[in-house]
Amino acid sequence: MTMRTFYVILVSAVCTLTLRALPFVLFRKDKAMPAWLSRLGETLPSAIMAVLVVYCLKDIPAQPIKTGVPQLLGVAIVALTYRWKRNTLLSIALGTVGYMLLIHLPL
Amino acid sequence: MNKRALKKALKQSIPILCSYVFISMAYGMLMAENGYPWYVALLASVIVYTGAFQFVLVSLLAGGASLGLVAVTALLMNSRQTFYSLSFVSDFRAMGRRMPYMVYTMTDESFAVNCSLECDDPDRQDVMFYVAILCRIYWLLGTVLGAVVGQSLPFDLTGIDFCMTALFVILLMDQWAHPERRKPALVGGGIAMICLLIFGSGSFMLPALLITSAVLVILNRWEVKQA
Repeated sequence: MTMRTFYVILVSAVCTLTLRALPFVLFRKDKAMPAWLSRLGETLPSAIMAVLVVYCLKDIPAQPIKTGVPQLLGVAIVALTYRWKRNTLLSIALGTVGYMLLIHLPL
Repeated sequence: MNKRALKKALKQSIPILCSYVFISMAYGMLMAENGYPWYVALLASVIVYTGAFQFVLVSLLAGGASLGLVAVTALLMNSRQTFYSLSFVSDFRAMGRRMPYMVYTMTDESFAVNCSLECDDPDRQDVMFYVAILCRIYWLLGTVLGAVVGQSLPFDLTGIDFCMTALFVILLMDQWAHPERRKPALVGGGIAMICLLIFGSGSFMLPALLITSAVLVILNRWEVKQA
């Protein structure tokens, strides 16, 4: 392992831990969390999940055919099988294998 | 040790077992594919421990990104951890010596399990603690498995990172099952798409997350006034 590899991993770890610990540092025992912030904490998870799905599909506008078709078909496989069986592992496996096969199509 | 709580935690964490071993194996394979030995993959899983970002971390490592870019990406992608912690400040405070570990170990999935526990369950805190430990064991096991297996697989693993997309689609569908969470999901998804078109794929995450947070604060305030 090079020093750079080590530093990249270390920086990632420090940043992540800082984010995890932030609320505990900001809201000490005597300080109550403001209501607007706790409401944000309740509504943010589903919003962020949607943002992350867009993040995963971010290369579609640049390459609508080459990237977009396999990714959207992969997402369709995941969504339809998950709606049908509600089995996380099965849907991830089918969608990923499907996608890995689709990207070898001569688009 | 509270055996009843451990049993509950094992049961609650079975779906996480499947998805973590699978996803962290994919991560381990991805590291192997990029020429990193298993212990580098394991080090990141031990001290970073955050699903989606570890996949991005592989591309940052392999692409020779600067430490500044690594820091900004980590802060942006994992900012949701702050909000997960936020929801459990008082719970974790009540857990005494276990608190630092709980803070260090919250993930999308353990957050979801913690949210699903009944508030009046006497084993609640023990279950949370065991779930946290179990999840991390699953994650580390999968990482090493994937890194070792990935180095010896005879075929092309291009596209294996799609399992992350698949996981997020599933987590979003789980959120969607709760009618009150649909509006925030639409807000986040819509703003992310608009930001993607305006700022481009390399730099849309920061504006998307900030604008989404701001719009949610305004919407929440408006809804409280209506009620």
